[in-house]
Amino acid sequence: MRTRGLFLFAALAIGYAFLYGPILSLIVYSFNESRLVTVWSRFSFKWYGELFENEQILSSAWLSLKIAALSATGAVVLGTLAAVMLVRFGRFRGRMLFSAMITAPLVMPDVIIGLALLLLFVSLEQWLNWPEGRGMTTIAIAHVTLGMAYATVVVQSRLSQMDASVEEAALDLGARPWKVFLLITLPIISPALAAGWLLAFTLSLDDLVIASFVSGPGSTTLPMVIFSSVRLGVSPQINALATIVVVLVTIGILIAGGITLRAERQRQADRRRAGE
Amino acid sequence: MNGRRLVSLLPWAWLGLFFLVPFLIVLKISLADADLGVPPYTGLFEVIDDTVLRIRLNWANFQYVLTEDLYAAAFLQSLKLASMATLACLLLGYPMAYAIARSSAGARGPLLMLIILPFWTSFLIRVYAWMAILKSEGPINHLLLALGLVDEPLPLLHSEFAVLIGLVYSYLPFMVLPLYATLEKMDLSLLEAAADLGCRPFRAFWAITVPQSWPGVVAGSMLVFIPAVGEFVIPDLLGGPETLMIGRRLWDDFFMGRDWPLAAAVAITLLVLLVLPMALLQHTRAGAER
Repeated sequence: MRTRGLFLFAALAIGYAFLYGPILSLIVYSFNESRLVTVWSRFSFKWYGELFENEQILSSAWLSLKIAALSATGAVVLGTLAAVMLVRFGRFRGRMLFSAMITAPLVMPDVIIGLALLLLFVSLEQWLNWPEGRGMTTIAIAHVTLGMAYATVVVQSRLSQMDASVEEAALDLGARPWKVFLLITLPIISPALAAGWLLAFTLSLDDLVIASFVSGPGSTTLPMVIFSSVRLGVSPQINALATIVVVLVTIGILIAGGITLRAERQRQADRRRAGE
Repeated sequence: MNGRRLVSLLPWAWLGLFFLVPFLIVLKISLADADLGVPPYTGLFEVIDDTVLRIRLNWANFQYVLTEDLYAAAFLQSLKLASMATLACLLLGYPMAYAIARSSAGARGPLLMLIILPFWTSFLIRVYAWMAILKSEGPINHLLLALGLVDEPLPLLHSEFAVLIGLVYSYLPFMVLPLYATLEKMDLSLLEAAADLGCRPFRAFWAITVPQSWPGVVAGSMLVFIPAVGEFVIPDLLGGPETLMIGRRLWDDFFMGRDWPLAAAVAITLLVLLVLPMALLQHTRAGAER
């Protein structure tokens, strides 16, 4: 029994070291003054200063944030509708095809999705003169399609765990279905909506391949800038950028974790009170 | 039920227009000729003398993809590296998922959070981190040189090994999460019963735990394998000139070669190759819903 415990502990230690070692090394070297990144000279904030003066990175980051917010919102709206269909509508016509179309973008290689959407936009422009050229709109549409798949999965799992009798009670009391959805279902699944939004936002912010296919001249997103600079070799400014991303994500996750924990405690307390 | 139809309309329309139709267009263009116009391919339909509609299907792109050694090698290398990465993720991820599922209830949440957290940081940046670690002046080579194990820096970066590390590193969370989900749900009294009946822990693990976690193994393996086959960023940044995975090939045909029909044919071939693994994933997902 003791060897088993030791083995499991070692598995976790090695696994987490593997996951976090590279990220930690990025952070440490972002404070290194030397341009050689991996040769330590002395502690400095130099690369952070240069990062905030890099017009190209700043403007592409702004574009990426706009696209991410827009596409995450669209993805959550569509994903929620799709989740309602999958959980509440039973065996509707074309369910197999529908659920396959929801699952496929989760795993399908980015190069295929990117190429397919680009060819669609080119064909649409030929037939309908829309979209006129490619850029922010086409990237956002592509990211909605990608994010929708993830948002559906997140909302679907929350919706299927939800106690449907609350909705039935409201319906029995004469509330209209859309009112039940707005006043009862949506508040209950709101944590899943928030999680789905954040997931779609992150995916959009992170996507290089699809955006490269469907973007046009003048619309360069942050991952595209990072990729072209990284392709030329290791760059200390990217280390500084990575550190900022990791810090922001960690803060976000801690806040989200705190909120879920509090909500969970509240729910348990409510349940105890209801039991008394 | 008009409300139902209203709810269904938008998701169906969106997925139809931006997911289903694009693939039909890819299929169409894969059968076209490359051309020097804008867009750079020919049409499939031609009207001759105002009356006859002629359909021209050009199978040469597929013929080229299926017979040219370059593409066969790229497909084989992609399948090989993706399989190796899947196996490595399984060997590393299974003990991790098992350990998390058997740890105390209070520790599970934070441990799981630590698995998910790297997933939220940029994928591109995580691949980039390995560039710094593996390069000849990087920490690994420093260590090896300092220990006297090697006389000159090993060419770790831009190799097949680096691509493998990158794949395992990027996709490990996708393996751990479904494995954890099945291991956590497992009925532990089965193991107790086996122990009461005199079964040794190791045998009980193979006879009970592994079969019970099988859906997680399949789902996790497919979640790693499918995207890994078509990966572009990892072979491009960590691989060398000889690591030509098919995703990179497609990218080069499209952006460097400007041969859209050829890239479309590569995409269709890759898609056909991945249909079976995708159906397997869909099947396990549907099974989990039931």
